[in-house]
Amino acid sequence: MNNSHSPRSIVRLLAALVAGAIAPNLLANEGPTEARGPVATPDLPVEQAVLTEAPFVPPPITRQHKARVVVRLEVREVIKRLADGVEYTFWTFGGNVPGSFIRVRQGDVVEFHLDNHPSSKMPHNIDLHAVTGPGGGASSSFTAPGHSSQFTFTALNPGLYVYHCAVAPVPMHVANGMYGLILVEPKDGLPKVDREFYVMQGEFYTAGRYGEEGLQSFDPEKAIDERAPYVVFNGQVGSLVGDRALQAKVGETVRIYFGVGGPNLTSSFHVIGEIFDRVYVEGGTKLVQENVQTTLVPAGGSVAVDFKVEVPGTFILVDHSLSRAFNKGALGMLKVTGDEDRVIYSGKEIDEVYLGEQSDAGSAASKREAELVAAKKEAIAQNPQIAGITKEIQIERGKKTYLSSCFACHQADGTGLPNIFPPLAGSDYLKNKEQAIRAVIKGLSGPVTVNGKNYNNLMPPQDLTDAQAADVLTYVMNSWGNDLGSVTEAEVKAVRTQK
Amino acid sequence: MRTIPAGEFKPLIRAVDEPASVAVAAFEIDERPVTNAEFLEFVTANPKWQRSRISRLFSDIGYLADWAGDLELGPSSPADAPVVRVSWFAARAYAAWRGKRLPTTAEWELAATPGYTTTDGSTEPAYRNAVLAWFARPTPWPLPAVGQTPANLHGLRDLNTLVWEWVSDFNTALVTGESRGDTGLDRTLFCGGAAGGARDLTNYPAFMRAGFRSSLQARYAVPNLGFRCARDLPVEPTAIDPASEASASVILSAAKNPLGVSQPDIAANRSLDSSLRSE
Repeated sequence: MNNSHSPRSIVRLLAALVAGAIAPNLLANEGPTEARGPVATPDLPVEQAVLTEAPFVPPPITRQHKARVVVRLEVREVIKRLADGVEYTFWTFGGNVPGSFIRVRQGDVVEFHLDNHPSSKMPHNIDLHAVTGPGGGASSSFTAPGHSSQFTFTALNPGLYVYHCAVAPVPMHVANGMYGLILVEPKDGLPKVDREFYVMQGEFYTAGRYGEEGLQSFDPEKAIDERAPYVVFNGQVGSLVGDRALQAKVGETVRIYFGVGGPNLTSSFHVIGEIFDRVYVEGGTKLVQENVQTTLVPAGGSVAVDFKVEVPGTFILVDHSLSRAFNKGALGMLKVTGDEDRVIYSGKEIDEVYLGEQSDAGSAASKREAELVAAKKEAIAQNPQIAGITKEIQIERGKKTYLSSCFACHQADGTGLPNIFPPLAGSDYLKNKEQAIRAVIKGLSGPVTVNGKNYNNLMPPQDLTDAQAADVLTYVMNSWGNDLGSVTEAEVKAVRTQK
Repeated sequence: MRTIPAGEFKPLIRAVDEPASVAVAAFEIDERPVTNAEFLEFVTANPKWQRSRISRLFSDIGYLADWAGDLELGPSSPADAPVVRVSWFAARAYAAWRGKRLPTTAEWELAATPGYTTTDGSTEPAYRNAVLAWFARPTPWPLPAVGQTPANLHGLRDLNTLVWEWVSDFNTALVTGESRGDTGLDRTLFCGGAAGGARDLTNYPAFMRAGFRSSLQARYAVPNLGFRCARDLPVEPTAIDPASEASASVILSAAKNPLGVSQPDIAANRSLDSSLRSE
């Protein structure tokens, strides 16, 4: 060793080697990409980007020259409302879903800062589809919790672009809400309109069914199978209804910047009762289609639509894959106020009686028959012999369900596991029938006491039909020495529909 | 500590010339993560690892930032909560001071493979749900005490459900910032979609661990990242003949090992030795 190395430089060398040399021959471990220092653009004026939360859009850019635009976006993992009574841990760009809207001008140099909040559980990054460069900025912005990354890109191409997180597993990061839009305005701007809005569609893969209350976990199996319980606009059911509806006045021209975060589903974007006068197809700037009813927007894609509102009323935004609008939340509202023009749209003009052919369901004979069928059903239900057989059938069916859904935790002999999973055999918890039903169909979390012992674990809601739940409960209540009667489908249904 | 029997670890993503599975020798590992109180003992006995004295080479400014002072835990850092905001260097020094070391990725993953009742937690509904529920909740603050969650089949607690944990070879995780490149599009580098059963693209929690590890640098002191220690199984007394030349060299090399660098770090030491020699 020669004398030019102080002990301190040796320590530094040692630190670098130990950190870097453990797997010297492995390829492509970029880890957090090594920081290379900022790119200087001394000739450009510097400005801070205005970022907005959906449904709002930053003001149009009026300057006629390039600038260095500084964007500072903070990643936060936050618990928020997904639907009434339903919460979800959203991973967000800026605290909301979708992420903040970014607006720059073609040719701008964008200095991008991605801050990952110290409370984050995960590392995150950003891939902006507006970036020309590998990964769209992903590896340059890969950031551990409590760290911040900076990279710079030039907005070469105008258009409306999606951005999203690209950390593995990517579908999960996107499914948790990590997407947003960046608009790169053409040098001469877009045609002026009266109102601009920001709406983004995305689907959520919750462990529970649509509407199941409580804090919901992400379900990877549903995500891989693309079976989303929720398909929503702007991160929650009802984000654009009631007093949060989009607002406009008769005679104004409205522009909606609409993106699809996905991660998997495309959107058949449609506004009920309106026709898009202009559609910037796929978020591009060249192909402007006119007079469009429904525009198809890819996952990870966008569209801008312009339309003039000629009459007052409520216009419904939907994904015209209609089960998503009716059953999964993909629905918003645009409320237009102003004077009517009854020539353009009259409203209901006449309401009168229409006499079609009488159906025979209303005839006296049919009514009498229906009463007798009901009476027969009741008589069968009241027969104790039949009731006994019904219970035995339920027990046999319930045993099958038990052995596929329950035994892994509660064990085949119903004894559970000490301190982890409570027993079912001789369990005092089951004496309250309603409580037992609720545990099966709605799940349990937090502390419970069974036979005087405390348990604190998580029981997920079981994905069973009312009949299956009734059967398996009847099996449990009549096995291993339990003698607690039977559970009917109607009793399960009653608990399921309780608030 | 608990003993983990020898087994095989199948890496999630690997280079084409790497084996599909890695044999892992039996080893011992802590039942739960290291606590603030335990780490306080370490910095009390080793002042150079105290917050105000640690070299910036060995940690960023986040080091033990939640503690009230160099030797005071304070309200944000309960004594029985896991210590977090410790760099890889500090975690490693702590382990050496205890006569232990950090587990390798292969060891950690092998130890964390079982669920509560079966040998594969990723297919055990209750365990899988507990892990997914942890991801679904932001880090609680201050952190809860260690050892509160149910033990897995090896008797280990808090794996995947309390804090992330350092491993000795965290920087070998082949998940890059550009994760889409990892999934096999470039087959000259990665044995991607073609690898079949060796890799499980549906094991999201494993991907998240790999993703987390690869976001780290050794200096980072991250708010929800702690560690637990491992140790080689004691060598059987009959295996070493004190009179033999070979065993003498083993003992000598152990004595010359002031950092407590053990098995997984040997490669690093070799490079270090050769670099020093070349000067």
